[in-house]
Amino acid sequence: MNLLIADVLPPFTPNLWQDIQVILRYDFMRQALLAGTILSIVAGLMGYFVVLRHQAFAGESLSDVAFTGALGGAALGINPFLSLIGTTVVVALAMGGLGERLRGRDVAIGTVLAWVLGLGVLFLSLFTAHTSGTGTGFSGVTVLFGNILGTSPEQVRSIAITSGLTILVLLLIARPLFFASLDPDVAAARGVPVRSLGLGFMVLLAITISQATLAVGALLVFALLLLPAAIAYQTTSRPFVALALSAALAVLFTWLGIVLGFYTGYPSSVCISLLAFVSYAVIVGGSSVRGS
Amino acid sequence: MVIADTLPFAWHLLADIQQLFHYHFMQNAFLAGTSVAFAAGIIGYFMVLRAQSFAGHSLANVGFAGATGAVLFGIPPVVGLFLAGLLAAIGIQSLNIASRQSRQNDVAVGAVLTASLALGFLFVHLSPAQNATSVYTVLFGNVLGISDTDVMVTLWSTLLLTVILVVIARPLFFASIDPDVAMVRGVPVRLLSFTFLVLLALEVAIAVQIVGVLLIFALLVTPAAIAQDVTTRPTVAVCVTVVLALLFTWSGLTAGYVFPYPVGFFITTFAFGTYVLVHGGRSAREYVARRQPVSYSRSRAGETQ
Repeated sequence: MNLLIADVLPPFTPNLWQDIQVILRYDFMRQALLAGTILSIVAGLMGYFVVLRHQAFAGESLSDVAFTGALGGAALGINPFLSLIGTTVVVALAMGGLGERLRGRDVAIGTVLAWVLGLGVLFLSLFTAHTSGTGTGFSGVTVLFGNILGTSPEQVRSIAITSGLTILVLLLIARPLFFASLDPDVAAARGVPVRSLGLGFMVLLAITISQATLAVGALLVFALLLLPAAIAYQTTSRPFVALALSAALAVLFTWLGIVLGFYTGYPSSVCISLLAFVSYAVIVGGSSVRGS
Repeated sequence: MVIADTLPFAWHLLADIQQLFHYHFMQNAFLAGTSVAFAAGIIGYFMVLRAQSFAGHSLANVGFAGATGAVLFGIPPVVGLFLAGLLAAIGIQSLNIASRQSRQNDVAVGAVLTASLALGFLFVHLSPAQNATSVYTVLFGNVLGISDTDVMVTLWSTLLLTVILVVIARPLFFASIDPDVAMVRGVPVRLLSFTFLVLLALEVAIAVQIVGVLLIFALLVTPAAIAQDVTTRPTVAVCVTVVLALLFTWSGLTAGYVFPYPVGFFITTFAFGTYVLVHGGRSAREYVARRQPVSYSRSRAGETQ
């Protein structure tokens, strides 16, 4: 997919300003950068709470659930986006309902995830059996790994609307959610609705993940959700600084990754994820060296 | 899928079983499936006990990078799978020790998972186009296409794995239940947890070819989760886990033989159905017990964890 594009693209020159102009001349690059920026901001903000609440496993599971939801929609002939949102929100509510206990939650998420993956296998076999050889342009590989360079203007618009709403809601509940995540018991005693906040957060997470998965693939969603937030968590302990840092880092990784993918011809999701991972490893390694 | 037409299921149990084992590939599937399920049962019990389901899930996904990398570099899949798993185990362990939330390893696990998925996708991207179809085999396994060599490799590694686990079972159990006390008593907690990750990686490496990246996880987590609900005694729980894993595998293989749907779907569905029944039953009992204060206290005393 990206290989074809790479052949006809102009080479990288030391003149950065000119490079930026060249990149922005392409429609698909403008859309990719726009969609990537919006998704990175949402993922960075949501991700900080995911890290804070130890819900990385839940987040990862939700993107796998999104995979099954999209496949199921495709196999049963329902609108993939609706089935995806429906499945992820239901599963997210179930996970949120499992409560704040870490030990039990881990097992319960795992069990549900295992079954959802099994369902995914069934849908995949149904789907490939029904549409073998027709080339509908939909494949499991796309859902898993995505292609941010292939986002359409309509997708960018729907991403912008949903993400705007998500950010708004998140910023409204940020303060009590932060309190409830750090110390659920004290927050509950102070009258903060810990449980409904947790459920609300899971629903937000489900919406974010499912629409992002459809646009850019499960791999990139999870990378943007987890790694910038993990770096921010590692570097600062002030919540609102960390939130901003996490979103900024996510945007930075996305821009660098897309440009890197543009010039090297490698898939941009791979560039973004590896870039983020290397930065995380360096930061964690550096701070442990300084700490000891 | 074609096979199902040639030999119908006859509701005549003995004849059916004879038919099932009539084919060499079914014998291989049962042999390999049984040994994978056996090891997955034991190791899964510890995985659930240590609340490391996410690590198990990630190591299974790391298998994706291992298998696709092995295809790209032309090394045997088992070697590629195990190398990738080993690297991931080292990565999880060192990120975990270094990071600020060293008790909560989910971020380290997630980071390693992201990196390995990205590498796996990169390998797929770099390898020739005809290999792209093998992605599905890696993800979902091919339980009916197992060679005799695969069976031998699986049997021997299962044996090795079981022996190591039996040797370290007692300290590992101690370290899993209460790491602080274990450390004070001189149990090498960190070494044990690293060894456990490596064993998990080994189990995943041998299992991926049989049941696939996405489904080894079901055999690891669900039987152990059910056993946790049924009993609190470790030895009994390990036995229950292994028996359940074997049952799910056998019934899944049989159902996959009879019906034209993937084996993995049946295994996960049987497992999840049982989990829902058992867990629901337990929750219902607890709910009833809570309404009768006397029996409540008695039942709580029986299940302190």
